[in-house]
Amino acid sequence: MRYLLKRVRRLVVVIFAVTLFTFLLVNVLPGDVAYDIAGQDASEEEVQAIRADLGLDRPVMVRYAEWLGDFVQGDWGRSFRTDEPVVDAILSRFPVSLELMLVAQVFALILAVPFGILAAYRAGRTVDRTIATAGFMSLSVPSFMAAILLILVVSLNLGWLPTSEYEPLSAGLWANLRAFILPALAIAMAEWVVLMRVLRADMIGVLQQDYISLARAKGLPVCHVILRHALKPASFSMITVLGLQIGNLVGGSIIIESIFALPGVGRLLINAIYARDFIVVQGVVVFIAFAYVLVNFIVDLLYAVLDPRIRTERADG
Amino acid sequence: MSRPLLELTNVSTHFHSPAGRVRAVDGVSVSLEAGQTLGLVGESGSGKSVLARTIMGLLPSYAEIPKGGAITFDGQNLLTMDRKARRAISGPGIGMIFQDPMTSLNPVMKIGQQVYEGMRHHFGTSKATGRQRAIELLTEVGIPQPDVRVDQYPHQLSGGMRQRVAIAIALACEPKLLIADEPTTALDVTVQSGILDLLQREQRDRGMTLILITHDLGVVAGRCDKVAVMYAGGIVETGSTRSLFARTRMRYTQALLDSIPRLDRPPHERLKSIGGRPPNLITPPPGCRFAPRCAFADAQCEAAMPPMQADEADPAHSFACWHPRDPEQVTEEVA
Amino acid sequence: MADPTTNRPLHPARPTLSRFRRMRPTTGKSGQFGIAFWLPLAWLFLISFTAIFAPWIGIQDPDSLDFVNLQTPPNDAHLLGTDHLGRDVLARVVYGARVSLVVGFCAPVVGMLLGLPIGMIAGYFGGRIDGFIVGSIDTFLAVPGLVLLLLFSLIFGGSLLVVTVSLGLLFIPIFSRISRAATLSFKSSEFILAARTIGANDFNILVRELLPNVVLPVLAFGLVAVASAIVVEGALSFLGLSVPAPHPSWGGMIAGGREHLEESPHISVFPAIVMFLTVLSFNLVGDTLRSRFADVREAAI
Repeated sequence: MRYLLKRVRRLVVVIFAVTLFTFLLVNVLPGDVAYDIAGQDASEEEVQAIRADLGLDRPVMVRYAEWLGDFVQGDWGRSFRTDEPVVDAILSRFPVSLELMLVAQVFALILAVPFGILAAYRAGRTVDRTIATAGFMSLSVPSFMAAILLILVVSLNLGWLPTSEYEPLSAGLWANLRAFILPALAIAMAEWVVLMRVLRADMIGVLQQDYISLARAKGLPVCHVILRHALKPASFSMITVLGLQIGNLVGGSIIIESIFALPGVGRLLINAIYARDFIVVQGVVVFIAFAYVLVNFIVDLLYAVLDPRIRTERADG
Repeated sequence: MSRPLLELTNVSTHFHSPAGRVRAVDGVSVSLEAGQTLGLVGESGSGKSVLARTIMGLLPSYAEIPKGGAITFDGQNLLTMDRKARRAISGPGIGMIFQDPMTSLNPVMKIGQQVYEGMRHHFGTSKATGRQRAIELLTEVGIPQPDVRVDQYPHQLSGGMRQRVAIAIALACEPKLLIADEPTTALDVTVQSGILDLLQREQRDRGMTLILITHDLGVVAGRCDKVAVMYAGGIVETGSTRSLFARTRMRYTQALLDSIPRLDRPPHERLKSIGGRPPNLITPPPGCRFAPRCAFADAQCEAAMPPMQADEADPAHSFACWHPRDPEQVTEEVA
Repeated sequence: MADPTTNRPLHPARPTLSRFRRMRPTTGKSGQFGIAFWLPLAWLFLISFTAIFAPWIGIQDPDSLDFVNLQTPPNDAHLLGTDHLGRDVLARVVYGARVSLVVGFCAPVVGMLLGLPIGMIAGYFGGRIDGFIVGSIDTFLAVPGLVLLLLFSLIFGGSLLVVTVSLGLLFIPIFSRISRAATLSFKSSEFILAARTIGANDFNILVRELLPNVVLPVLAFGLVAVASAIVVEGALSFLGLSVPAPHPSWGGMIAGGREHLEESPHISVFPAIVMFLTVLSFNLVGDTLRSRFADVREAAI
């Protein structure tokens, strides 16, 4: 319980720091929003009027306190351009980003787990080195490059999965899912290597443990020993990394979302940046940071579910 | 005398390392009849654990078993059989208990499952029956509240209790041969004899064959029918426990015996420790491996390895020494 | 007992065979550098050489438009073909390398110059200072790197300097973590104790005794950081938020070819291949050096 409280306190501190940081960054530095809103031809008086209207003439800290008060109550402001409430804009796009990220992680895991196990089991052998080399190559393909290459090869040359418009889930699971396959693969291209390496390293350690020898001494087949005895204790670090990646991907899929025209949070952010729509940018950044910290928090709890040692430690403490 | 249950002939285990070939086990021959208990004794690094793992087929990938040796268990050569047949022996044929119960139980698997999964694999026991059997076994090895413990995880048990669980795991498949690799070394002194007594009782009740690996000759004394002393990868003296203690021939065995605290010695007498260190197993000296540390060594000892020879009084008792101790000389060691 | 190759204590409850583990042949890490080291290194020299000496070795003007030859596939006049404005792809790839390499090398340097002292101070003084620094870094990490970069480019506009510096800031956490871990591992060594007993002050110990030891693992990570800096710069220029438009950059070229992927894939594919090989080379060379010279691993952080 105390542990949980500590984590929640941390969560609050981080959110506070991030909001303050982005607020200052967006509000104190040059490129005042009032000029943007008024347009290039506006006179200085018009700009001042807008500033007063937006309350920009008051001290930064006062504005931050006010903004924070509204923010906590769920009022994140409205877009300068579309007048859409920022909260609504984010929440309507979040499911798309979430789905993209989940599909991407599923692909990454499908690649990482078997190859990680194989590499660990044959550590130092040809198979291991081949996987490591493939990993290096895969890791050296930036996601936007992977996206372009996937479109070129899979959609254009092979004619599979023509790049399709995003369809909501209501249009059917396949119609919805097929728009995510290539973007998720582009993201998974680099992600799987990180997961695979972490799993491999931990699996090598676990395979040298006595309890693995004991399991083998029971006469269990190798695959049973690896899957039932070794995989779980070897996957804790991988799950942490997975969590970190999910947190990162909320914001990291910006490019992929814009290449594949997926209406997610990342695309909202990049469009807001192109349009210099500061209120939206601020809201999205805070939202992404919040998601990141929250995901970490959840991963930490998940840890406790997976590892009975931590579970009792925490129950006792 | 029946056919031995386990017979090792000229078994070696080498490890490949950047520095060269490590001869961890070098030409070991020993045999054991069904129902007997063999004490395998030696310092740490003498190769006893590696020998246990060689019998068990649990060597790491950088190990090599040179051709020419054989491990015959129940009439079959374990070294030449295919993997699947070999696996079928692990569990119902041979079971093993490891040194450190803190690391030998899977931390993220319930105790009950660890006990019964061998049965499930080998005999197709159902989960419910397996769990029931696990509770019976936990009761048998002396774990209080077995019906609660069966659903707990290893970290919720003390070291001694965990070793009892490890014994239950090994017993689950009713092995003909049980190898206990220093089962008490990692435990508190207070629980050590409890574990050894349990092993001895199970061995007797089940008519099981037992290999008890230890660095302590004192442990072997009252519990084993037969003793084999290992030094630097080879067996240097072997025989019935009675004969080995009464007519110790090999100088190394004697040195080991002298290092055990005994009640019949004057109090506050300084214990003898064996000076020097075991030889480098990458380039072992050509002669007797113990020669550099032996007070009786001469040029012959350093030049050639002594062969195993039988004791004059007891042909089952053999030793490898150029200058064996005269057993008639001192009588105080008789147990 | 400590493993002599790493100075790290072995796992306290070590499995029975662990004393043999360090004898396991460490394939690829002992002996000479292999082809996976020299080949990438040669490529990096080739790329750097052509980028630096581009105007003097017959590389065409990257900005000259050739409206007669729009989107031509590779031919004698244009070895890698031309793009949709008839610009020579080879020339643009070479000049684009200048941006990638400048950002790739300078950003990690910025991150190292700031991250190293921060990490050393955190590791050396410990306590509240350490807690504050580690906490700040965690907070900083809560905003994904690309998002921060976009924020910076939104506020300061896109230029080589802004991209380099803001990308450099993103490297502070990783460099400070590595140097903090290294500092921690050396802090209680005997040579530090010795320096302290002869009356060296904190500053002297940090600079004279610890820095030479900490800088090695940090530098070893440097080349891997270069690879990721090139990738992130590529992402930014792909989005059009790095160096301004007509200036060639790899990311921008890949983005520019998107519209013509079907008829003229070479416009995107060639810069992609060059970028891939460069990133891969930095990764391979960096990893070889890292496993060779650094005993403080990321795993220890």
